[in-house]
Amino acid sequence: MEVVVAVGIGVFTAAGVYLLLRPRTFQVIIGLSLLTYAVNLFILSMGRLVVGGAPVLGAGSEGATLADPVPQSLVLTSIVISFSMTALFLVVLLASRGLTGTDHVDGDGEPA
Amino acid sequence: MNLGGLAPHLVAVPILLPLVAGAAMLLLHERQRRAKGVISLLTVTLSVAAALRLLLVVDDPLTPAIVVYRLGDWGAPFGIVLVADRLAVLMVLVTNALGAAGMIYALARWATLGPRFHTLYLLILMGLSGAFLTGDLFNLYVFFEVLLAASYGLLLHGSGKRRVKAGLHYVAVNLAASMAFLVGVSLVYAMTGTLNMADLAVKAAQLGPDELVFLKAGLSVLGVAFLVKSGAWPLSFWLPTTYSAAAAPVAAIFAVMTKVGVYVVLRLGTLMWPEGHALELYGSSWLIAVGLATIVYGSFGVLASTELPRAAGYLTLISSGTLLTVIASGDASVIGGALYYLVGSTLGIGVLFLLCELVSRRNVAPPTGAVEPVFSDDYETALHSEFEGVELGVTLPLATTLLAAAFFLVALQLVGFPPLSGFVAKFAMLKAVLDSGADGYANGPAALAWWVVGTVVASGFAVLVALMRKGVKQFWAEPDTTPTAVRPFEALPVAFLLVILMAITVFAQPVMRYMGATGAGLESPMQYLHSVLPPGGGE
Repeated sequence: MEVVVAVGIGVFTAAGVYLLLRPRTFQVIIGLSLLTYAVNLFILSMGRLVVGGAPVLGAGSEGATLADPVPQSLVLTSIVISFSMTALFLVVLLASRGLTGTDHVDGDGEPA
Repeated sequence: MNLGGLAPHLVAVPILLPLVAGAAMLLLHERQRRAKGVISLLTVTLSVAAALRLLLVVDDPLTPAIVVYRLGDWGAPFGIVLVADRLAVLMVLVTNALGAAGMIYALARWATLGPRFHTLYLLILMGLSGAFLTGDLFNLYVFFEVLLAASYGLLLHGSGKRRVKAGLHYVAVNLAASMAFLVGVSLVYAMTGTLNMADLAVKAAQLGPDELVFLKAGLSVLGVAFLVKSGAWPLSFWLPTTYSAAAAPVAAIFAVMTKVGVYVVLRLGTLMWPEGHALELYGSSWLIAVGLATIVYGSFGVLASTELPRAAGYLTLISSGTLLTVIASGDASVIGGALYYLVGSTLGIGVLFLLCELVSRRNVAPPTGAVEPVFSDDYETALHSEFEGVELGVTLPLATTLLAAAFFLVALQLVGFPPLSGFVAKFAMLKAVLDSGADGYANGPAALAWWVVGTVVASGFAVLVALMRKGVKQFWAEPDTTPTAVRPFEALPVAFLLVILMAITVFAQPVMRYMGATGAGLESPMQYLHSVLPPGGGE
């Protein structure tokens, strides 16, 4: 399972960074979304990967399989924030397309 | 510390008040400008008052205290705490003072040029104050996002092709930086199991070498995020374009935003590894190299830029670079001087951004045509051109002369000439650098202190040449331009900030004593640790 998660994060990150560096605004926003997925998975995996464990930590819980609840709450926050930021970026993207007439990130150049 | 009644809640005021006021103002219609203006002004004034009151508490001559405010009354490290020490309160005060000036300035014209200006402006102040006050790493991320979200909106305020283009780059860069922030935070959590900064410092000292490697990796990724915010070279190419595209009052508050990055580097750098070299964590020689490169890049940029707002953007870089370079020494007296420089240069750059617009009004191009609205309710406001109504302002007598005088004063401040605080700040900072020479920059080569001094002085010269050229071009070389129309509401904040700059020069001794105490507090953070994590395990 660790390998699957690690490879998944790696693939998401690689694809995200590649798309982020592309010249079209739509590619950039997809790249940012993929990076977000990678980061969210990364945060979750930082609480150690546990299958079927309850999200509780505390005294007397030795031996039981438990998942660390803090990264789960962190990842919720980060999902909400990244999601809304992506939505905001989409608005800027559309405004830029409307004002410059092209979808190039620099606002000049041929439309795709 | 003697805070009776509601006073302990003062710490939360600079965060909660703008949030509540900003949210409440969403209910008001865009046309209720007067009500919105009054609420906003009241809010920033109260925030400044709260920050001043806090300043008296944390700098109490008999019992200086660090005020720890436990949100939800959960003690650290389980709950989130707000920590008001000298550094945090100083930054909150600077933010809100500049915020008040920018708000007054915006009331004259900018606030009416687009929807929801007041709410966004108050939210950015809330985010900044929160980022300075919080004692929790993930909470810091949340406040970062609050201030960034507000800054995205504010940058686009007034719309126009240039702003949207700059905004696109700005949002993309900062979203990527936020990812780095998250990766760093989660690595730090994975290694230490805590997000509270004080607890982090305690836990980090107990880690074995294997875990330490990962912690340092995490903190380095975090550091990249902060360096993007502070505009350190080579992560700063977006900054001058963005700042020069923003509306004047927005650009003024953006001047504080770069200081958030510097603040966090300073805070985390001094908190972790308290004994030994303060900023060892970020590899102070790396930080010095990055800082010096930023100064050099900013100096060339300021010389090369043809328009004033762009030059002001590069000045922001020079200010950040200088701060990063000198705080990397980790020496208390150097940090004291650096903080004095931070206050002066932030306010100075803020005034310059405000002046940029007033000055450039003299040779304004004819209206550039109406801007297409993005949202349906933009129609009421956005269809007015940005330059429409410029003539309607009262033409103050001697306005041009006063503008020139203000520009001259700001230039003196930013170059670092007497009598303004820029000179005192650079002198205090560089003298401390040379005094601490061998020991402050121990991680680098022996002549490093001289390199730092040389670069800072040379950048001052570059700023002098650049600002002199701009001043001559603006005020002397075009004698037949019409007199500038300046509204009283626009002159007031400029005068207000200039008075503050003069005041911290005249009262340099008490101010420097405060900064020195702040530096000393950062160098030996035991008081911070004990305040957040009471030795007895809390109540």
